[in-house]
Amino acid sequence: MSETVLNTPQSAEVHTHHSHGHAHHHDGHHHEQSFITKYIFSTDHKMIARQFLITGIIMGFIGGFLSVIFRLQLAWPNTPMPWLELFIGKWAKGGTMDPNFYMAAVTIHGTLMVFFVLTAGLSGTFSNLLIPLQIGARDMAAPVVNMLSYWFFFLSCVIMFASLFVETGPAAPGWTIYPPLSALPKAMPGSGLGMTLWLISMVLFVASSLMGSLNYVATVINMRTKGMTMTRMPLTVWAFFITAILGILSFPVLVSAVVLLIFDRSFGTSFYLSEIYLAGEALPNAGGSPILFQHLFWFLGHPEVYIVIMPAFGITSEVISTNARKPIFGYRAMIGSLIGITFLSLIVWGHHMFMTGMNPFLGTAFMMATLVIAVPSAVKVFNYLATIWRGNLQYTPAMLFAIGLVSLFITGGLTGLFLGNAALDIELHNTYFVVAHFHVVMGSAAIFGMYCGVYHWFPRMFGRMMNKQLGYIHFWLSFISVYGVFIPMHFLGLAGVPRRYYAFTQFDFTNQWLDINVFITVFAIIGFLAQFIFLYNFVTSIFLGKKAPQNPWKSNSLEWTAPVEHIHGNWPGEIPTVHRWPYDYSKEEAEVDYIPQHISDEDLKAGRKYWEEETPGEEEILHVEKSKHVVQHS
Amino acid sequence: MANQAVANNQNLWGGGEDVKPLGASHGKIMMWFFIVSDAFTFSGLLISYALLRIGSPKWANPEEVFHAFPFMGDMHLPLVFVGLMTFILIFSSVTMVLAVEAGHRNDKKGVIINMILTILGGIAFLSCQAWEWTHLIHGGTTIHGNPYGPAVFGQLFFTITGFHGAHVTSGVIINIIVLALVYAGYFDRRVQAGEHDPYELVEKVGLYWHFVDLVWVFVFTFFYLV
Repeated sequence: MSETVLNTPQSAEVHTHHSHGHAHHHDGHHHEQSFITKYIFSTDHKMIARQFLITGIIMGFIGGFLSVIFRLQLAWPNTPMPWLELFIGKWAKGGTMDPNFYMAAVTIHGTLMVFFVLTAGLSGTFSNLLIPLQIGARDMAAPVVNMLSYWFFFLSCVIMFASLFVETGPAAPGWTIYPPLSALPKAMPGSGLGMTLWLISMVLFVASSLMGSLNYVATVINMRTKGMTMTRMPLTVWAFFITAILGILSFPVLVSAVVLLIFDRSFGTSFYLSEIYLAGEALPNAGGSPILFQHLFWFLGHPEVYIVIMPAFGITSEVISTNARKPIFGYRAMIGSLIGITFLSLIVWGHHMFMTGMNPFLGTAFMMATLVIAVPSAVKVFNYLATIWRGNLQYTPAMLFAIGLVSLFITGGLTGLFLGNAALDIELHNTYFVVAHFHVVMGSAAIFGMYCGVYHWFPRMFGRMMNKQLGYIHFWLSFISVYGVFIPMHFLGLAGVPRRYYAFTQFDFTNQWLDINVFITVFAIIGFLAQFIFLYNFVTSIFLGKKAPQNPWKSNSLEWTAPVEHIHGNWPGEIPTVHRWPYDYSKEEAEVDYIPQHISDEDLKAGRKYWEEETPGEEEILHVEKSKHVVQHS
Repeated sequence: MANQAVANNQNLWGGGEDVKPLGASHGKIMMWFFIVSDAFTFSGLLISYALLRIGSPKWANPEEVFHAFPFMGDMHLPLVFVGLMTFILIFSSVTMVLAVEAGHRNDKKGVIINMILTILGGIAFLSCQAWEWTHLIHGGTTIHGNPYGPAVFGQLFFTITGFHGAHVTSGVIINIIVLALVYAGYFDRRVQAGEHDPYELVEKVGLYWHFVDLVWVFVFTFFYLV
């Protein structure tokens, strides 16, 4: 501990605080914590971030595996694969997948990826890790609520995972759980207990998300360190802040949708049901409307895609600026576009429902609002490009993933313009064009943002470096396979191939695409296997990676001033005061190409050598020793 | 003048210990945002109500459905009972205001008396709701149908008033916990420690209670008045 203290930028002040017993000095790290309070029921935001990340990665691999097995089904629909029985048992008797399990696999893949990986795994991890560290706070506003947020998420994961093993199979009406399939427990096997567990799991998930979001908002508003004005906050924090507000506004509407759905399923009401025949028998339900559910669902569902992508934007902004060694271009425009996207995302849900017999005038209103989202999105993309332009680019794995995100977001954004158009949507609705669009723009782009964050902040999370070479291989394989999978899907969609079909063998117009489906599946498998490179890198680096220097990327933001070794309360002495925004890269007034936020203009004039105050990593120590060696011998 | 306002503004949002840009502690900010969130849940339910009602050719006449009063037999007293319920709930909001105000004065006795009145108000409201539900169910109004109009009327009534009732119940439980904390000396210790606004917890609970009452005003309007 003493070593860490000595090596912090505030070392001089720290000593005085120790000797004088300063009132603000935080003493949380003096007492020993038990295993349970340190690793399990931890209230420390850094540990909670790690818990979110690891749980998210596990859920991601389950979701990815499901996608591989349903891709296999689509590529080789009539070929039995006996090994499948090993994994999914009775759902693949003799190696042929049961159509009901196909539906369930699609549903659970979507649910896990959207909610458990890209909402909790991405936003939960990095909001928890970065908000207190980047704004200069000891911890979250309410650490216990924060801990509960993780444990509600964990419970929700357990229930969702358990639903894979119930006799009638997991939920199968698609991740959008439209009634009547979700509202009539006897409609199909996946509408039974699996669906009930899905709903319980999601209610817990919403509770977890709410507790997390309330914390993030309160922390950002109230707990910024001295000098950290709102416009000196890193764009990551802005993104998490805005995302949290959007979550607070949209998730509760899913709760009302789910409350009504639970009543329909379990108590015989008919909010979403009307004049239905089930197995040739007329049901008594009358007066309900399945379209009502779609309205309620998409009021969450559409903002949800921005809840997924905005934290990834924030991470990308930070990583691109750091690794281009240039100030971010258009900082205020970046904030404005986040706010603009948030506002617009709440009034465009109808573009998912152009096909429901909506009044064309209403459809036009939704279409206009939808297409306007292109403006703030384009602001972000052009600002990224302008930041990269003539920068001194450092191609770290994180930077590659950030550039990958920009690429995917442009590609997917362009097809968004097609789908947002009510007239074109009549042709493209529920085809593979939609699948390709959202997987590129929201799924892959956000997962790239997540990887970008993991590679960039791994030294901060685990105190060690990840292997760069494996990072490069992981990036290129993922990048190529994402495009390999989704570019062909656009053409399937344009030809009218519908999504959620178990096999494309019955019609000539879908039959002709079988070869393309094989192509897609091969890339999906390559992409999935590439993630094991990441997993290997991640796990081994936690234990065997090179010890991280204090500021491995020579970054400006406040989290790199905290000691590498995690302590409760983040900074051993006083929290650093902030004197500038976080994007002062390559400034003439400094000797090095970065000026951290805690360095004041007076420090610069006095010639404070802040880069020497940072704890060097193994590589740098080696480098310094080598150069000493050279000096001695020359 | 303007410059000073700007300077104050910068200090307010400039970060640092004990600077509260919105003039509220972490806990109060979280409670406010939670209330916004919960308001969206109720909005979702009430918008569903509106949509299903517009889509229904007929609707029940509330003066016909809600005309009974305990111990009055078949006397036709439209909306009198629900008026009483609403009065009880709003009165409990008044006592909650008094409890919060007593808290600001560090008046332990005032907090206790008014919290007890608020809890009693909540319990009285829930009892009234239980009686009304029982009466309606005995009269044939269930989630499967009712003699007054389309089945979905009763379904929405029981679901939404039930969801509101669940909120009142949780509010009563939370109020009881706070009252127990008063008795356990939790706030005395905060007063002795010289903390700023030692009874803030009462205020936070009060925010929730007022919110639940406000929601009732909307539920009442939708089901009983229009």
